[in-house]
Amino acid sequence: MSKQINLTLKVWRQSKGEAGRFETYEAKNIDTDASFLEMLDVVNDELTVKGVEPIAFEHDCREGICGCCGALVNGKTHGSHDRTTLCQLHMRHFEDGQELVLEPFRADAFPVLKDLIVDRSGLDEIITEGGYVAVKTGNAPEASTTPIKKEFAEAAMDAAECIGCGACVASCPNGSAMLFTSAKVSQYALLPQGHPERAKRVKAMVSKMDELGFGNCSNEYECAVACPKGIDVKNIARLNREFIKHGFKS
Amino acid sequence: MKLDAKIPEGPMAEKWKNHKFNAKLVNPSNRRKYNVIVVGTGLAGASAAATLAEQGYNVDCFTYSDSPRRAHSIAAQGGINAAKNYPNDGDSVHRLFYDTVKGGDFRSREANVHRLAECSNLIIDHCVAQGIPFAREYGGYLANRSFGGAQVSRTFYARGQTGQQLLIGAYGALCKEIKSGGVKMHTRCEVIDVVVIDGQARGIISRNLVTGELTRHVADAVVLATGGYGNVFFLSTNAMNCNASAAWRVYKKGAAFANPCFTQIHPTCIPVHGEYQSKLTLMSESLRNDGRIWVPKKKGDTRPPAQIPEDERDYYLERKYPSFGNLVPRDLASRNAKVVCDEGRGVGPTGQAVYLDFADAINRLGKEVIEARYGNLFEMYNRITDDDPYETPMMIYPAVHYTMGGLWVDYNLMTTIPGLYALGECNFSDHGANRLGASALMQGLADGYFVIPNTINDYLASTKIEKATTDHEEFVKAETVAKEKLDKLLSINGKRTVDDFHKELGHLLWNNCGMARNEKGLKEALEKIPKIREEFWKDLNVPGSADDLNQALEKANRVADFMEFAELMVKDALERKESCGGHFREESQTEEGEAKRDDENFCYVAAWEFQGLDKEPVLHKEPLEFEEVKLTQRSYK
Ligand SMILES: Cc1cc2nc3c(=O)[nH]c(=O)nc-3n(C[C@H](O)[C@H](O)[C@H](O)COP(=O)(O)OP(=O)(O)OC[C@H]3O[C@@H](n4cnc5c(N)ncnc54)[C@H](O)[C@@H]3O)c2cc1C
Ligand code: SF4
Ligand code: FES
Repeated sequence: MSKQINLTLKVWRQSKGEAGRFETYEAKNIDTDASFLEMLDVVNDELTVKGVEPIAFEHDCREGICGCCGALVNGKTHGSHDRTTLCQLHMRHFEDGQELVLEPFRADAFPVLKDLIVDRSGLDEIITEGGYVAVKTGNAPEASTTPIKKEFAEAAMDAAECIGCGACVASCPNGSAMLFTSAKVSQYALLPQGHPERAKRVKAMVSKMDELGFGNCSNEYECAVACPKGIDVKNIARLNREFIKHGFKS
Repeated sequence: MKLDAKIPEGPMAEKWKNHKFNAKLVNPSNRRKYNVIVVGTGLAGASAAATLAEQGYNVDCFTYSDSPRRAHSIAAQGGINAAKNYPNDGDSVHRLFYDTVKGGDFRSREANVHRLAECSNLIIDHCVAQGIPFAREYGGYLANRSFGGAQVSRTFYARGQTGQQLLIGAYGALCKEIKSGGVKMHTRCEVIDVVVIDGQARGIISRNLVTGELTRHVADAVVLATGGYGNVFFLSTNAMNCNASAAWRVYKKGAAFANPCFTQIHPTCIPVHGEYQSKLTLMSESLRNDGRIWVPKKKGDTRPPAQIPEDERDYYLERKYPSFGNLVPRDLASRNAKVVCDEGRGVGPTGQAVYLDFADAINRLGKEVIEARYGNLFEMYNRITDDDPYETPMMIYPAVHYTMGGLWVDYNLMTTIPGLYALGECNFSDHGANRLGASALMQGLADGYFVIPNTINDYLASTKIEKATTDHEEFVKAETVAKEKLDKLLSINGKRTVDDFHKELGHLLWNNCGMARNEKGLKEALEKIPKIREEFWKDLNVPGSADDLNQALEKANRVADFMEFAELMVKDALERKESCGGHFREESQTEEGEAKRDDENFCYVAAWEFQGLDKEPVLHKEPLEFEEVKLTQRSYK
């Protein structure tokens, strides 16, 4: 059953070229059936009416699939719920009178653009180095010519579920993009289509990751705890194997 | 304006092949001399940009998102159709074509639909080669499932995340071309106008959403793949940033807008629960395979569902449509839910919901079977509503889902502005008045991977395109107009927020131009929309500035377009005095309350031409001819 709660928000506000600061806002009469982002909508409407610039935060699908949304809520990426994006986190998990600290994802490779919005284009740059199968349109053989074991297809799909939200990076003490990168490397290592470019791919993606200032992985596994899609750290082990096997030679 | 659909001569099954052969080609070494702008990185845009770059063209690709991977296409769950006939259940290109024409209630263009069915198999081949982890059988071959509106299993899927996987595939293809230098990607850039010089589309004005900077980009052709306009209703299953702006602005520059009143309402969504609600979430249609839909027989019966005895329940779909029962098509399931709720028999706190009950199925099959079939959906429902659908029936209500209308395009996917193309949900062409499940993904990828690379050549090779630069007066003018509009939005300093206006407009449209429409309601909406628009320009409050990341300003700029577009949508609905597909005119129904098409008077595509904001738009009609599929009335009794 829904009820209404009041919250105090300490929100990181930061504009272009400015140092950031926390501002305190009251979130009043919040319906517990609302999602976290809907709570922010309500707060923003009130701020707007008062002539205060609304809190900038990113969002699009609000269904937990596009990977746009995300912020630190009391220090946790996407809030503290297991396998939940911020847009799928509902206010019934909070208590009346609670104080919430809201900050953007923090990582060296994710500069803050405004308030809760950070620049995650580094993740696209990693993919651009080879996170795909280089096939030209119209060239493919009949789809059924290569049977793929169901287990492999399922494992590839498990890895492919990554939504590119960057929570793994933001929750890692080193700001490493290892979980993200390993998910893509794994998907293609598990499928025959990915094999011809296997060596080139892993080498290029890992070196791009380093170049962009993502930290190294030191097996803290915070990434997997934070990941809203449950991407498994086994993928990191697979990436390491791929790297050792293919990265050093070729 | 003259509408020429340019449908190729010859038998249906030969048209596309002949057309490709007859198209003029651009010599490979000359292709890099052409610049093409692609707006949008959903399935249609990403696949088009990647493919055009593969062909050797210089491509500039734009999206307002921070990454091309975020486009709305990513949310599609169910699957993508293709006529592979892997299950050996009688499918064929012809059957997919036939089902789509019939499903669209005979309001689409046969030749386009046939080509779509032909391309469908190539899409699957290509996507498999890209490494998309489609579901597999134990033998290692691709798995299929069935989906609404078809009697064969032709849907390919990747768990409940088909759209995501297909989009990531197209995004990968795009990244490959970014890496090779064929595509220059512009993220966080919103296209706010298209520039037309001497009657040809020659470029765009875009706004950098981080810095606010307006920039001009010149090109030899412009491809719009900007998605649908369902968000005009405010609440819908669409991603929050979906909008009509690019399509609307080119309409104002002379591109015809077709069938704007055709909106698909999806029957199984989580209902609206409060004033704060921003978004409706779809629950897969597959739930209707085992769930039974009912409401109490008595009005205002507020007892919990478990306390309502069997004989006081109305399983209204099973009662009215005994042979199809809960599996009637989307439009019927939606409309009937509305009818019972309007009668005062809706359930839940708002009365705007019906039960989708799994109790019988759980008794019959056991909880494990139901869990295996729908577990992830049940969990999603639970996360949002906090109710447990294993214990108590789900509550569902129809919601705006997909827009079949869009920019009018000919067989080449070119709009009425030469050099301007529209792909995917942004055009009107393949789904008629009602889209079948799993066919939007198919269309987006067919358009981008297979159609546009074979039709744009002909235009570029056979058209004289003068040299132009961004100093041209049309660029200057377009930029000035864009800037003035943004400044104006910021200077109103009124009292109401953008969302407040958007909700008011959306509510009016939902009530008067939603699941059922009638002359009175539509006329009333036509009176009210200009008033809301006037208020908008008088009392809007947009804080912040134009040279900064300003989400309120972005939204205001889009809602301003919805305010104008809504009027055209309602006009179109008023003009079409028949019922067809997603468009149910109450005046045009059979004695049993079913939709009644009027082929004699309305078997056409309505293409509207802009005349100026305070002038009536002109309606042009593209007559539809059916050579292959006989015009018949749909019946599901
Ligand atoms: C919840 C849900 C489930 C669905 N499930 C299915 C399904 O199972 N099967 C199926 O076939 N279909 C499904 N659909 C429908 C399908 O997802 C869409 O119709 C389709 O993905 C649209 O693709 P598109 O490429 O045309 O547009 P979109 O994916 O909407 O892409 C639009 C692109 O244009 C860009 N853009 C728009 N305007 C501008 C601008 N002015 N400037 C710059 N960029 C701009 C956006 O950034 C985006 O990149 C579903 C839809 C929803 C809402
Ligand atoms: S691995 Fe998980 S946390 Fe990291 S980007 Fe992908 S979905 Fe987000
Ligand atoms: S808004 Fe798309 S994942 Fe949250």
